[in-house]
Amino acid sequence: MQFGLSESQEFLKDSARKFFAGECPSAETRRLMETDTAYDAALWSKLTDQGYSGIIFPEELGGVGLGNVELMLLMEEAGRALLPGPFFSTVVLAGSVLEAVASAANKNKYLAPICRGEARATVAILEANTSWNPRDIHLSVTNGTLTGEKLFVTDAGVADFIIVIARNGVFVVDSKTRGLKISPMSSMDLTRKLYTVELADTPAEEIGTTANLARAFDIATAALAAELVGGMQRTLDITVEYAKTRKQFGKPIGMFQAVQHQCADMYLETESARSAVYYAGWALEENSPDAATAVSIAKMYASDAGRTVGNRGIQIHGGMGFTWENDVHLYYRRAKGSETTFGDATFHRERIASLVIDSGSVTAKSAQIGRPKDPFHE
Amino acid sequence: MDLNLTEEELSFRDELRTWLAANLPKDWNEWREKPIEESFPYLRAWQRKLQEGCWAAVSWPKEFGGRSATLMQQAIFWEEMARVEAPPMANSLGLGLIGPTIIAYGTEAQKLRFIPKILSAEEIWCQGFSEPNAGSDLAGLQMEAVLDGNHYIVNGQKVWTSYGWVGNWCELVVRTDSSVAKHKGLTVLLVDMKSPGVEVRPLRQMTGESEFNELFFRDVRVPAENVLGKVNDGWNVAVSTLMYERGSYGARLHLIFKRYITRLIELARITPRNGRPAAEDPLIRQKLAQCSAEIEIMRFNQMRAFSRITAAGVPGPEGSIQKIFWSELNQRFQQIAQELLGPYGQLLAGDPHAIDKGMWSYGYLRTRGNTIEAGTSEVQRNIIGHFVLGLPRSY
Repeated sequence: MQFGLSESQEFLKDSARKFFAGECPSAETRRLMETDTAYDAALWSKLTDQGYSGIIFPEELGGVGLGNVELMLLMEEAGRALLPGPFFSTVVLAGSVLEAVASAANKNKYLAPICRGEARATVAILEANTSWNPRDIHLSVTNGTLTGEKLFVTDAGVADFIIVIARNGVFVVDSKTRGLKISPMSSMDLTRKLYTVELADTPAEEIGTTANLARAFDIATAALAAELVGGMQRTLDITVEYAKTRKQFGKPIGMFQAVQHQCADMYLETESARSAVYYAGWALEENSPDAATAVSIAKMYASDAGRTVGNRGIQIHGGMGFTWENDVHLYYRRAKGSETTFGDATFHRERIASLVIDSGSVTAKSAQIGRPKDPFHE
Repeated sequence: MDLNLTEEELSFRDELRTWLAANLPKDWNEWREKPIEESFPYLRAWQRKLQEGCWAAVSWPKEFGGRSATLMQQAIFWEEMARVEAPPMANSLGLGLIGPTIIAYGTEAQKLRFIPKILSAEEIWCQGFSEPNAGSDLAGLQMEAVLDGNHYIVNGQKVWTSYGWVGNWCELVVRTDSSVAKHKGLTVLLVDMKSPGVEVRPLRQMTGESEFNELFFRDVRVPAENVLGKVNDGWNVAVSTLMYERGSYGARLHLIFKRYITRLIELARITPRNGRPAAEDPLIRQKLAQCSAEIEIMRFNQMRAFSRITAAGVPGPEGSIQKIFWSELNQRFQQIAQELLGPYGQLLAGDPHAIDKGMWSYGYLRTRGNTIEAGTSEVQRNIIGHFVLGLPRSY
């Protein structure tokens, strides 16, 4: 058994770190977050040239054919750099949904251009009730068109097509089609923009059923947790550096145990989240029976830890931590967005409870009172 | 990354499973709740049986009666022992901490004299490290040893000594030079506990039992040949012993915790709360889920740490997160049990209304010690702050 990274995994992680540090330093993130879309065509094309847009997809579609552990590593590094723009939406979210539900022909039509870096996309899931369970979706297709509203759609403003999860199927809507209105939502995370998507008799192409969404959602959920780990690591690094150099009472503040022990807790939380994320990536890759539980464990822990690491980081920075110019709040904002996307810790604890606690004799009893077996996926 | 066991690991595990199927005593449950004074001969016999199968000290080199097991194999060993709920071994400190230190630092004569009897549980070992005025600041210990001819004369007090009451030998850290910086004047002595002037007293702890002892030394004569390592190099010898404390033994923890939470979930199913089983109460579900998730994360952290140590060859300071993680998790877990059990949670062993023979009230009290023993949480956070994160020393 070997729970360390292999040589090629280390190589991927290192080169991703160097790539993001070089192409997307803090100044660039800050420039892009002030734009309407946080998207930069030049950065996107460099990123797709690296093969990142096809990382987990089959080579016959133009992908790289790596596994979910590698996806976690890449997302961790993207999170560390606070990569702005539609990478998560296009590659992780839309890509995974297409791979899970689409026919071979539709994969060629929609997933291959994503792999090649020619198309950007996103997935519209949430409605006003903000439930992640596809059962709670109201929007449905009638006569080949969709009418209704989706909320909290990431990066819809730069998507070439939007995958819409409806009650009766999964649909692709071209973003230039008639009856589609995309409007920005103003929210905390400035580096990953949110949109409302209004559909009025909008033509939609069915690409699959909602039955196979679970795996795609699990991959996206684990990837978000991985991205949170990268953000935590960066917050920890910035904070420790500050604690070493900032002096009060004639000493570096990191010498005081009240400060030092908070840094130690940030380290513990970051490493523990990382362990959970790597395990989830491995469990997904191996289709292990506990994969869904492992994903929820990772997202649960990373959602809470992402926030507490940010809290501690801001606190240790003192007044500097409360300023706009300090980067810690940018990670803190992203962490809040990622925390709620695909369910926060409370959501995933309930999911773990239904997967772990409601086993054996109690399952039948819970079923009687109508408790869903897995609130995430029916 | 490959979390499947290798062929070698699988065959190690299967060999152990086969051996356990044939040799695990069936009557441990009748003994486990008796006072340790009563069950101790049973634990000695179990260790001897393990030794006959060459399973008593799998981490030790083959030439000393071990199996030269890899860290991952050691982890498998402790997992399997926990899986079958095997009795503990009588000489656990001798096997886990002191034997490996003697193998690393001992003279040929010391190895020959002590190692076989550690393995066979003929001689039980205890550790004389902490003192009333030297706990976290171990290097500040004061027990004095003065050379008189070819003997050291030892005076002072030790505290928190496990197995002191049954110990035949003690790994004792003493001050042999008080003129130098405090960690430079220490020496480790191997002391016969039957030496005149050694007094052992039970130390009653907040659970009411006495797992530990106080040791009093009055003009105890220890032959100079019983110095372990070099004179005044005792700090390095002692630290090496403490490193073994964070070894593979932790691999069994997640199975033990899992057994407890499985039991607590069972209790939640039959404990009413607001007219429904507590297992259906949203708040209880949140807390049980958090705990069972953290038990898994504890295991993931452990597996990552084992892989890292295997790659690096030595355990690093990152091990401190393990100690913080399991000890604080165990305390939170016991508090959840208390919340679930309500007034029943406080009942002690022997009370006819006690649940699980008072296991939960005991666990609640006993786990307070977890964040103190084997390095307090504060010391662990200092270790992370200074040795992992590179922050300046706070003390």
